[in-house]
Amino acid sequence: MLALEMFRSLPRTVAGRAVGARLPGILSGYAAPLRLVTIDAPQATRPGWARLRTRLSGICGSDLSMLSGQTSLYFSAVVSLPFVPGHEVVAELLDDCEDLPAGTRVVLDPVLACAARGVEPCPSCARGATNRCARITVGALSAGLQTGFCHDTGGGWGQQLVAHRSQLHPVPAEVDDVRALLLEPLACAVHTALRAGVRPDDRVLVSGAGLVGLLTAFALRALTPTGEMLVVAKHPHQRALAASLGASEVVGPEEVLRRVRRATGAFQVQPELSSPYLLGGVDVAVDAVGSRRSLETVLQATRAGGRVVLSGMPAAADLSAAWFRELEVVGSYASAVHEPGAGGAWAGRSAFEIATALLPAPALAEVAGAVARYPLHRWREALDHAHGAGRLGTVKVAFDPRPSPSAPQEI
Amino acid sequence: MSRPGFVLEVDDRTPPLVVHEGLGFRLERFPLGTRVVYPPESLPVVPDVDEAIREALLHPVDADPLPALLRPGMRLTIAFDDVSLPLPAMRAPDIRGRIIEHVLTLAAEAGVDDVELVAANALHRRMTAAELRHIVGERVFRSFHPQGLLTNFDAEDPEGLAHLGTTEQGEDVEISRRAAESDLVVYVNVNLVAMDGGHKSVGIGLASYRSLRHHHNAHTMVQSRSFMDHTRSAMHHSAWRMGRVIKEHVQVFQIETTLDNDVFPRPYDFFQKREWEWSVRDQASMLAVKRGLALAPQRLRHRLFHDLRGAYGLTGVAAGEVEAVHARTLERVHRQQLVEVQGQSDVLVLGVPYLGPYNVNSSMNPVLATCMGLGYFFNSYRHQPVVRPGGAVVLYHPLDEGFDQLHHPSYVDFYEEVLAESTDPAVIGQKYERQFAEDEWYRHLYRTSHAYHGVHPFYMWYWAAHAMDHVGDVIWVGADRKVAARLGFRAASTLADALEMASGTVGSSPSITYLHSPPHLLADVR
Repeated sequence: MLALEMFRSLPRTVAGRAVGARLPGILSGYAAPLRLVTIDAPQATRPGWARLRTRLSGICGSDLSMLSGQTSLYFSAVVSLPFVPGHEVVAELLDDCEDLPAGTRVVLDPVLACAARGVEPCPSCARGATNRCARITVGALSAGLQTGFCHDTGGGWGQQLVAHRSQLHPVPAEVDDVRALLLEPLACAVHTALRAGVRPDDRVLVSGAGLVGLLTAFALRALTPTGEMLVVAKHPHQRALAASLGASEVVGPEEVLRRVRRATGAFQVQPELSSPYLLGGVDVAVDAVGSRRSLETVLQATRAGGRVVLSGMPAAADLSAAWFRELEVVGSYASAVHEPGAGGAWAGRSAFEIATALLPAPALAEVAGAVARYPLHRWREALDHAHGAGRLGTVKVAFDPRPSPSAPQEI
Repeated sequence: MSRPGFVLEVDDRTPPLVVHEGLGFRLERFPLGTRVVYPPESLPVVPDVDEAIREALLHPVDADPLPALLRPGMRLTIAFDDVSLPLPAMRAPDIRGRIIEHVLTLAAEAGVDDVELVAANALHRRMTAAELRHIVGERVFRSFHPQGLLTNFDAEDPEGLAHLGTTEQGEDVEISRRAAESDLVVYVNVNLVAMDGGHKSVGIGLASYRSLRHHHNAHTMVQSRSFMDHTRSAMHHSAWRMGRVIKEHVQVFQIETTLDNDVFPRPYDFFQKREWEWSVRDQASMLAVKRGLALAPQRLRHRLFHDLRGAYGLTGVAAGEVEAVHARTLERVHRQQLVEVQGQSDVLVLGVPYLGPYNVNSSMNPVLATCMGLGYFFNSYRHQPVVRPGGAVVLYHPLDEGFDQLHHPSYVDFYEEVLAESTDPAVIGQKYERQFAEDEWYRHLYRTSHAYHGVHPFYMWYWAAHAMDHVGDVIWVGADRKVAARLGFRAASTLADALEMASGTVGSSPSITYLHSPPHLLADVR
């Protein structure tokens, strides 16, 4: 089968870390440790596993960080090279898989937790917090925190992959592939929104209006009693989408601190040789970018005792505010089988179930309309497009690895 | 003898004319037939300033001589105009300092011990110690400032304000408690334009936002015809009503001064001469300044201009009862600045210079430039505006100086947030004014730093409300297009382009009037 494969390459990794942040497009296009290969399709040999044929697979911000060498080496212990990336997957079953017959369209919860690994549930998995699984390096699979980072399972950037029944969520018939592609990121956004611990009328800041930020804003509005919600967006289409998804106000990155200060009546102070920060600010802030600048912005704009949620994979940043302002800094990784923060009608349901229920919302039609797809052999263009997605008016770039790839198109 | 102002009609022989545009100027060739309104040359100054001051204090108008008002054990407050006047700042010694010395001498002779000096800065920024020293003079500064007896007025100090009552129209009169509880307030004024002085001195200079909001709002500003004629200005009507309430509670001894038109010192004095009369020295100076400015970086240009000190002469000083004194002041200001202009024109051309009342030692940001052009210069008329209703105003300014974070922090939010939503003074006033006025951070910066009050950018915008209501087109020559658009205006590269753009409003052969200022002039439009 045809697949894109991430392989071990010290020179490319070093080069990526050196210049990847400045020249992401060039690097990921021509010097990333990624290659288009023909390899044997992974086989489903254990009970509960099945083969899947990829229909669409998104390019996530974490994939781009990895390719441009920006990801922390922290994660090197929980992946197994070489692997086929792609964890945002819409696929169809090639085999029957327990209650799901072959041909069923599914999306993937990519976390490779205890059930998939064939080991006894760890304490986290036992209570449904599969995203906190402690066994992601052991069991019947090579190390890999998710499908798309594991040597044995394949990933969405290949024509086939394998997955365990615990990872599969059938796609309702009325949902097309493109909208289904939003399900995994939306589940993550649901998890983020519930991790945010928003109380009635809390002022919330969402930094970033890429897909993660937009869906997080949407989930916050849909699932929590968020009051005013300020979304930081760089590009005009992001501004429009953020507004339609529930933002009370949308501001540019340059004006966020000023706007938060005004909205919250905070005081602003200017440290020496550094950027200003607020005394006072929003109650909850979500970093949906993962850059140092964005992370420091949310730290600087949150009131003392407030909560900062790390939704984007975080970069190194000055954490003085977290200490000095006694911030609750919480991570938000993937999604859980049982979302403890979900209340009311959502209580006891998984993030994917909640996301599936939210998916038909009309506001998401426009987001789905800003997805671009590429065949695998045009992967360089696809990655360039993904790097410039915000600037180019796209919210998601995806691979369509099926054998008769169509020309790149907006769908 | 001074020469009166006059109106020149541009013909073939008219040389290019100086037009100010921020930290620079250009020589503009105007279309034939353009009317150019030149300010009068300076009036004769008083021969002996100290003698004139003494005379005013000892022989006031409609009031007892100052020594008769002073007695031991009394509480005396001396208030004075702040750094926003005159423009540019006066060469030392400042006339206010000279008057204050005289008042203090008389107070000392009368055995008055309880004396405080307060700058009547209303919602303007607090002056620095150096700025205070420049105004009151070294000796007074050293005698009062270290003891905390020479201060800036704080309009946000709840303990420092006294509510004196309301006018018959329900307007709150809230002023400095120190002034309100004084046995005598001596107000020392500098009258650069006819808009200032009178009940505007104590009634506005020492008032809180609670008072000021009654007349500093879009509705009142639009209703004022004109600001230079207090009998026809809704803003002044309100201030006069408040002044009369103050008069019931506080004895005010008003001292008003008037200055001549010597704004620019050498070698910049060619700016205040008529171009065809420039001597060889004037032309050489002009070329040197122009070339120097073209080569100088922005920071140096800023410094060159802001270091200028006016070579003003005193044309008169009057003291006594507020309204009677102001009548004399107005007469002198009019004599210095009035120029008769016959009829309105289709287009009014204005050069906006580097300096206004609110960017002393600071930058002329786009909101202030708008206030200068459409607020002050447009309103430099009596009877009726120079431009006809629905006409066009063409202004020269680059609109690029940025915002001074120290002095104008709320301006940035106003520009980014408020003007992005609407430029209509009434709409933004309704929606945003109170938020900005009561913002604790702005309040803190106003009280403890050198920031204008949070509501101040709204007031600047309100000043332009009358012009925006009156004209059909506002075009800025040489301005940053994005900035002009944010302000709700258009930008052009040249005067010809501006006139072309305005042709939809004023036709292809409009009548044009150019107000050649500074120095100040007041168009008396018949």
